[in-house]
Amino acid sequence: MNTLLLKKGSALLALSFITLASAHAGWKVSDALPDLGAQNLEGKLPDSLKGKVVLVDFWASWCVPCAESFPVMEKLHQSYKDQGLVIIAVSTDEKSNDMQKFLKKHPAAFVVVRDAAQKLVGLADASTMPTSFLIGRDGKIRHIHAGYRAKETPKQYTAEIEALLKEKP
Amino acid sequence: MKDRKLILLGALAFALFGGGCANVKPWERGTLTDYTMRPDRDPLAVSQAEHVFFSREATYGGRGVGGGGCGCN
Repeated sequence: MNTLLLKKGSALLALSFITLASAHAGWKVSDALPDLGAQNLEGKLPDSLKGKVVLVDFWASWCVPCAESFPVMEKLHQSYKDQGLVIIAVSTDEKSNDMQKFLKKHPAAFVVVRDAAQKLVGLADASTMPTSFLIGRDGKIRHIHAGYRAKETPKQYTAEIEALLKEKP
Repeated sequence: MKDRKLILLGALAFALFGGGCANVKPWERGTLTDYTMRPDRDPLAVSQAEHVFFSREATYGGRGVGGGGCGCN
């Protein structure tokens, strides 16, 4: 009787840990990018992302590396937009005002939307701020960048984006 | 009977301490990064606390300055 109870108890405990661990399943390489239009994002998304190379970047106004990454993304946007690169910066700010203030300081010509309910970033399970997902022309996630490092990340972005743009839609 | 008590105790401890664990996601850290959360936001309070610290902890070599703990330096 006692051993049965012990077994049941430990099984229950193990199950609770498994449930906790499985709650962290986010977007992974080779996953398809979910339909962003169905995520209740504030702001205007591009009409179609079909056949485009897409950089989805989760950021916040209080995050210092995010501010560093904005001029780099702006440069990438200007250099590669005609070849099929679409940058979508998803703000996770709770207040719209915080995002607007940030954008005044760091102007962006690329698409900026706000995930006010923090639902999309929860689905993606971004491990740090910023976290970006680079999606190939096939609509699948090809590279994930957790964090922004001024020395490495811009070079990686350029190399990866150039390689993905060369692929046929 | 003893095992049952142990399990109950374990479950109680898990409920007590497990409930206190808050998992703050990276995108939820806006409040924590706010200026008011900085311990050094008030320069006067910091200098007062620092004076007390290095005076009182000087006998242990607090902040690397020697002293007897009298608060007179």
